Amino acid sequence: MMNRRIFLRNGGLALVSLGFVPEFVARAAAASTVRGKVLITIFQRGAVDGLNMIVPFGERDYYAARPTLAIAPPGRAADAAIGLDDFFGLHPRLAPLAPFYKAGQMAIVHASGSPDSTRSHFDAQDYMETATPGVKSTDEGWLNRYLHAREHQAATPFRAVALASQLPRALQGRAPALAIGQISQFGLRGAAAGDGTQASFEAQYADAAAHALQTTGREAFEAVRMLESANPAQYTPANGADYPRSPLGAALRQIAQLVKADVGLEVAFAECGGWDHHVNQGAATGQLATRLDDLGRSIAALTLDLGDRMRDVVILTMSEFGRAVAENGSRGTDHGHGNAMMILGGAVKGGRVYGRWPGLAREQRFEGRDLAVTTDFRSVFSEVLHGHLGLRDTSTVFPGFTERGGMGMF
Amino acid sequence: MTQRAALLSSLVFVIAAPAVAPRAETPRSAVPAQPDPATIVHVLNRIGFGPSPGDVGRVGEMGLARYIDQQLEPSLLDDRQMAERLAGFTTLKMSAAELAEQYFLPAQEERQAAARAGEAAGNGEGAASGAPRPAAMREREALGELAQQKVLRAVYSSHQLEEVMVDFWFNHFNVFAGKGPTRIYLTEYERDVIRPHALGRFRDLLGATAASPAMLFYLDNWQSAAVETANEPRPLRPSRRRRPALPGAGTAEQAPAAGARRPRGINENYARELMELHTLGVDGGYTQTDVQEVARAFTGWTIAAPRLGGSFRYEPRIHDNGVKVVLGHRLPAGGGRADGERVLDILAQHPATAHFIVVKLARRFIADVPPPALVDRAAKTFLDSRGDIREVLRVILTSPEFFAAPVVRAKVKTPFEFVVSAARASGLDVTARPLVQAVRDLGMPLYFCQPPTGYADRADGWVNTGGLLNRMNFAVTLTGGGSRPAGARTAPRGLTSPAVAERELLAGSVSDTTTATVARASDPAQALALLLGSPEFQRR
Repeated sequence: MMNRRIFLRNGGLALVSLGFVPEFVARAAAASTVRGKVLITIFQRGAVDGLNMIVPFGERDYYAARPTLAIAPPGRAADAAIGLDDFFGLHPRLAPLAPFYKAGQMAIVHASGSPDSTRSHFDAQDYMETATPGVKSTDEGWLNRYLHAREHQAATPFRAVALASQLPRALQGRAPALAIGQISQFGLRGAAAGDGTQASFEAQYADAAAHALQTTGREAFEAVRMLESANPAQYTPANGADYPRSPLGAALRQIAQLVKADVGLEVAFAECGGWDHHVNQGAATGQLATRLDDLGRSIAALTLDLGDRMRDVVILTMSEFGRAVAENGSRGTDHGHGNAMMILGGAVKGGRVYGRWPGLAREQRFEGRDLAVTTDFRSVFSEVLHGHLGLRDTSTVFPGFTERGGMGMF
Repeated sequence: MTQRAALLSSLVFVIAAPAVAPRAETPRSAVPAQPDPATIVHVLNRIGFGPSPGDVGRVGEMGLARYIDQQLEPSLLDDRQMAERLAGFTTLKMSAAELAEQYFLPAQEERQAAARAGEAAGNGEGAASGAPRPAAMREREALGELAQQKVLRAVYSSHQLEEVMVDFWFNHFNVFAGKGPTRIYLTEYERDVIRPHALGRFRDLLGATAASPAMLFYLDNWQSAAVETANEPRPLRPSRRRRPALPGAGTAEQAPAAGARRPRGINENYARELMELHTLGVDGGYTQTDVQEVARAFTGWTIAAPRLGGSFRYEPRIHDNGVKVVLGHRLPAGGGRADGERVLDILAQHPATAHFIVVKLARRFIADVPPPALVDRAAKTFLDSRGDIREVLRVILTSPEFFAAPVVRAKVKTPFEFVVSAARASGLDVTARPLVQAVRDLGMPLYFCQPPTGYADRADGWVNTGGLLNRMNFAVTLTGGGSRPAGARTAPRGLTSPAVAERELLAGSVSDTTTATVARASDPAQALALLLGSPEFQRR
């Protein structure tokens, strides 16, 4: 520590202007070789209609309950579901994801969700992000508890990043995590980067009396330089990947940049809203279809862009709860219960739909109206942390939850 | 200069006004009679949101003991300039019903109309299209005015301690603007529920929050009904959400470990958080049975027409009128609304509550880990005075622990404290909107704290790399160094030299490096930016 302070005082400024410091180079190299697994989570805020996202076309009750909203079985109409097997199909606007499923790189867990019955967006999102359903006062998010459970020396400031202006609940907690709205804006803005202000701040923080501020200050300036050397302003996606010009597309594009820049990214978080379709939800076209089109094309672009890197990357989607089986009087759907999650990449044993299907007959529904939950969402989280990121003991990440055996997804 | 001069002269007037008769010094008072500038800055940093240029001299002249007394009796302290600053914010005086009618319902109708239009057009872009939404903008403006008044009061009010306490209690009894109609009630909640009791009696404050539509909605008590009434036709029509009476047919294989609720009937959320977060604390000695009993006691505490901004209503038809036993106290059958009041009486005077509240106050005013001896003394005052917040604060703010050297600048500022203290320190005349945005960008969106725990009041919650860079960026833009000044109407002035600025704003242990970098600054704006972004200024 002392060496570094003296170094900074005496010769630091010259090196700073060269754009790198040996310490961070060493850390970045370690990060990219020692541990290269990445988890990218996408939160669909507002409760996506899982029954129209992953369509159970083999269910007669699905069509009975949704006279205007149902998606036709594969082959029965121009804009029908894309068959995954003889029972489930993708919404036609998710066509960009179908090749990944067929190549065995994408899995689906249907009838997944929370053991808590709340139909409040707020509560259900909170429960999903803390992964403690029913407990409101949990301080830390589940991703942060994972980071904390595996804190290690090679961690960089970019180990956990949310592409958002604020850190989501899932990443809040003791372990460091970064919220970045725009990676090209990261660092001191405007003239401050060049007129000596940044160098002065850096010197101040190197000498800060408070240990936490000194450490965090050093990491902050290291992070700025790491990103500068990755040159995020100049980025061309690989393999012709074409990200939609949407907030989600922009977020995933930047996550791909961070993955490829080898800045030590391990957990990334992106979100997309606009799923709460109580009125005029639409079927193969319409409001939900527009949102799914954005989701499908964004994820497909990310997967294409990352290419071979997808071996080390898993993309996981989630949404706080599903929607009622029956459409309502406004050609929309009301808040429901069970939902579907998608898992892409890594060593996932894809090409199949996981979970026990509970059926949609009235007596099979949760509270007589909603898709029942047969797989706790924490089982899926736990499976990904264990099977993909290699966390052996998930008990501290999911307090009070005992996983029974695992799902065999990896 | 005129605006600033006017502001300064009004401050001088306020401070010079002989508002409070000198109190008899309590035997334990450790307030120094001849404080040095560093001690004055410490007091200004803790009792309020930090010094403005000139404050150190003025408080030094009047004496710290008198300053603290004045801050504890804000009703006697003139603050007319604050009312003038807020005169243009029309929503601040409105009732929840008026806000619902004029702001929130039109926005809701507009959203529904847009959704219908989108489907009719067949392009599926209803919700996402860029059509202008005047009602939605007005809705945002209502919440915006609330956030702006909070920032303006913190920056300019002479009632600094009162503003700190309003912030403290709102955070303690947190509600979240993002949860449905809670937002309709926020203005009223802060104005009529929190503010009047901020330095008053804890039991009054607790009772006001318990009966507030904001809290009833946020923690779901408004729909909590006695089990035996749950399957009867609802006397109220509280929600368009359908909650069928059938218990779950195909429920999850894994039974919920905690927090499982019946589809209708008792809702325990408020009961649990009331004890865990509002009164006893998580280790306060209550059991799950107590949670259930308290929930039964509060059945029937609901809201008349919640989406229209209606007010509290006690609904006897859904109240559980059986016997309850709460923390060993028996509540006889047939208590009606008084059941809930009785529970609040028990909790408000409980020793665990005194301890829990005092620890939180001491964490705000002294250190992340509060000194146990002080906590014991202040908790005794809490119980002896029957929860008189003012007297508890007096014990804390005049204690030797408050003035102890290791405590000085031991607290990391929250984003709100940082932004407000920087605006105060700059001596600038600021508009609030960019400051509200800055607080949000630093990760503390005002009135949008989701969990009932409120925002963290400990350093580890607020020291992170992205946040630190953003604080430096804010310091630069506030002082005009960036391309877009963040809220500054005029250029900084008044701080004639870096040395003066450092003495006025940071007085005390400042690193040689900070002093040197500030002294080397190329102009006053950069010097001020370097002061406000410095590690020293991130603490209070």
